[in-house]
Amino acid sequence: MTSRRTEIAIIGGGAMGAWTAFHLARRGARVMIVERSFPGAQASGVNYGSMRIQGRFLPQLPLSLRAQRIWEESERLLGTDVEFRRTGHLHVAVDAAQQAKIERYAADALAYGLGVEILAPAAIRRRWPWIAPHAIAASWSAIDGAVNPRLVVPALAARLAALDVAVLQGRRVTGAERLGAGFRLETAEGDVIEADMLVNTGGAWGADVAAWFAEPVPMFVAGPSEMVTEPLPYFMQPTLQIVDGSIVIRQVERGNVIIAGHPRGPADALKMRARMPGAKTLTNLQRVADIIPCLSGASIIRSWSGIEGYMPDMIPIIGPSATTPGLWHAFAFSGHGMQLCPGLGAVLSELILDGRSETPVGAFAIDRFRQTQTVDEDYLRQEFDAGVVKA
Amino acid sequence: MSHMDGPGIVIVGAGPAGIGAADVLVRAGLRPVLIDEGRRPGGQGYRKSDPTLGLSLGYARAANYKRIHAVFTALETQIDYRPETLVWSVDGRAAYLAERGAVVDAGLSYDRLILATGATDKIAPVPGWTLTGVYTLGGAQVILKDQGCSIGRKVVFYGSSPLLYLAAAQYIEAGAGKVTILDTTPFARKAAASLKIARAPSVLCNGVALLAGLKARGVTIVSGVSGLRIDGEDGRVAGVSFQAGRRPMRLDCDAVAIGHGLRAETQLAELAGAELAYDATFDQWLPRTDADGRAADGLYLAGDGARIGGAAAAELAGRVAAMACLADLGRSIDKAELIRLRTRRDAYHASQEGLAQAFAWPRHAFADLPDETVLCRCENVTAGAVRAVARSLEGVSDINRVKALTRCGMGRCQARMCGLAAVEVAAAARQEAAEALTYYRPQPPVKPIFIPEPALSEV
Amino acid sequence: MEHGTDKMGTSPGQLHRLCRRRTPDVTFSFDGVAMHAQEGDSLLCAITTLASHLRVHEFDGRPRAGFCGMGVCQDCWVWIEGGHRVRACTTQVREGLRVTTRGPLLPGMGAETSA
Repeated sequence: MTSRRTEIAIIGGGAMGAWTAFHLARRGARVMIVERSFPGAQASGVNYGSMRIQGRFLPQLPLSLRAQRIWEESERLLGTDVEFRRTGHLHVAVDAAQQAKIERYAADALAYGLGVEILAPAAIRRRWPWIAPHAIAASWSAIDGAVNPRLVVPALAARLAALDVAVLQGRRVTGAERLGAGFRLETAEGDVIEADMLVNTGGAWGADVAAWFAEPVPMFVAGPSEMVTEPLPYFMQPTLQIVDGSIVIRQVERGNVIIAGHPRGPADALKMRARMPGAKTLTNLQRVADIIPCLSGASIIRSWSGIEGYMPDMIPIIGPSATTPGLWHAFAFSGHGMQLCPGLGAVLSELILDGRSETPVGAFAIDRFRQTQTVDEDYLRQEFDAGVVKA
Repeated sequence: MSHMDGPGIVIVGAGPAGIGAADVLVRAGLRPVLIDEGRRPGGQGYRKSDPTLGLSLGYARAANYKRIHAVFTALETQIDYRPETLVWSVDGRAAYLAERGAVVDAGLSYDRLILATGATDKIAPVPGWTLTGVYTLGGAQVILKDQGCSIGRKVVFYGSSPLLYLAAAQYIEAGAGKVTILDTTPFARKAAASLKIARAPSVLCNGVALLAGLKARGVTIVSGVSGLRIDGEDGRVAGVSFQAGRRPMRLDCDAVAIGHGLRAETQLAELAGAELAYDATFDQWLPRTDADGRAADGLYLAGDGARIGGAAAAELAGRVAAMACLADLGRSIDKAELIRLRTRRDAYHASQEGLAQAFAWPRHAFADLPDETVLCRCENVTAGAVRAVARSLEGVSDINRVKALTRCGMGRCQARMCGLAAVEVAAAARQEAAEALTYYRPQPPVKPIFIPEPALSEV
Repeated sequence: MEHGTDKMGTSPGQLHRLCRRRTPDVTFSFDGVAMHAQEGDSLLCAITTLASHLRVHEFDGRPRAGFCGMGVCQDCWVWIEGGHRVRACTTQVREGLRVTTRGPLLPGMGAETSA
């Protein structure tokens, strides 16, 4: 048994935990990350890399915009290029309902400081002639972008080492509890860790941690459907998605086109396994061809999935524990966390060290489930395969 | 799949293992689906030479070759044979197909799956291996048998494998000009392994006869070759330089065929539920099966895709696996015959272990590869880049982490050409055993598939 | 990029025919140059018996002429006019086929780039 002591223990060494540790350590806090395998091993390393701002739940925009400002500085902060590129996002409407949705969002988002441009078919055709003609409108957000997720947490890990953040790898936390005014954690590998404060960035396993502190949440897991082509001549700058998320497409500078598309399928958080089903590959292959016809004949060379935590209202848990002072939660990012993570880390560090933050996160309180939640069943049916949502 | 025909059995691979399995099932009154990527049956080892070439090579006169092709011809009308078809994924007891790269829009359900996916060349890259004029050993043979061509006019066969000698002999027989064999394993190792090879006496006899024949034709054979580099002019092979023992040598040549044995194609097996384990004899991860080839519920593996054994063993393994499948379906089988087949198959496997010792994977040469040597020919990633990342990893050392950070193995060939070498280079850089880095995890599609034509008509 | 004739003695090609097929002649074009092959030849054979390479690698800019010959290494992709890409080693040559090493101009793609 190995005993350890720290000021702030962080469960989970993914993007959320790593960015939080980064911000805390830069302000002089003593931080220890306890990570089950290696930093960035799960969703943080295999997600789509979408740095999307438009389309977010409106109260999330302040956090998202703050995060994007940090992403723009990421090469300097991390000391290496993690391929963050501000290439813009185009949300394409293929029917009247989708068009109404993006027009409404464009109007509402203005109040939060996000300006998006609504484009008519002629403008779409002129700027991006490779989009199929059945696009009837599009919403263009120039400040959105993309990143290479595989590079992010490894780059952060190097910075954390330089900041003297302890990262315990290969350690599975089996329990955590209050100990006096602080916390005590145990790992399967025989560590006992005492800390003044505890941060739960346990990702798809974060609900287990919350349950240890008598605040269960209706989180469920799902796996995104992702695939990638061979390298192709570079022609697509922005990320393109159809408004309903049925297909999301972007091309990296090296030439590979990365493709995702809803509904998401099952993932196994116990066996740590998720794979893109064959039937889904067939569906998404056809969707790609239909929206970008010149990609017909390009080869898909790889598909994958991941294990992500989702809430039935499709927004994350962020903020203080409702039962235990000194405990902070940030998990269940419902498939849209990667863009938020630098901002999330900054906000959590402010809440922990200063007791307040300039960026509001009240909408994501863990105890919102004490009230009856109206869940949009139609929306969830579009986002997930049958049987995946367990509320 | 029509269940009126009985249980749905899909066999992937129409080489000797797949044909052997199909034969057993047809004789039991079943009608399996036999799926193969190639245009003609026979796999690699029993590849049917293109008849329009009028090329007559000894291997095609061998009894086993003739028999396997006769078996197939008799079977063809009694099975659902799908040539030029790729199985790109397996999930939920359905096989996902592509015909010449174009996906078939529904999965093919099955009750039992027999995978006979074979093997490809195991490659140890050397400086200059991406010059034009360098081919795999298997590629050199295919180009001869299917196209009637030699890969060049002055061909060097380099590596370590019985195929070096077989391919060279086939080239001589077909009238190729100058042929040289550069074998990285010292002769003494071969001699030491000969007893084990003799577990299948025909294998040893054929090998000795082959060697004698080559020497009689004046073919230069150098053993114990190390440090080989291929040099080029205008991007084409111009010659090779190497150490023979301690003597530096150089040869002019315009083509090099490279190979160090076989690398099992295990991707579909793993996607279908098989577990892999490291095999120190063959320096790669191979699927775990029981004595009859059962790898998971309803999943059977046979041939070089399960365990490197050669063509004769593959056919026997295919028959054994099909019998196991029949037994699991509640059909009665000839248990004595099953034991006879297993015993013969196992003798070949034991002999192959001897061959693996006689023709060794150059495990210790990877640390000596210059940093600038390209490892991943698809993504142009060097040994130096792999080493740097491998050394930087803390905690879990896994080749898939190295892949994510270097792009080595992320290209179109899906780590088939570089995968084993990348593991060896990374392991040597960390001073760990290759086994510790595991292997490249398969992800569907197991080979590239095309994005189809748009379904929506133009407005 | 050299395209030779089918003179076996002085061909700049890589592959060297050891026997001729007993099949009809086929004429096809490779980067606009007319070439002759036999029915039954793979594109790999048809092209690289006469030319030194069939592709320029997108990342190292060096020539490639195939490697494994059996559809595994993915190094021998060529473009067929009409916008399709094929592996030269597993595709047969046909009369009138127009093969290129460089991609066609596609809508939205700025300029011709290599395969």
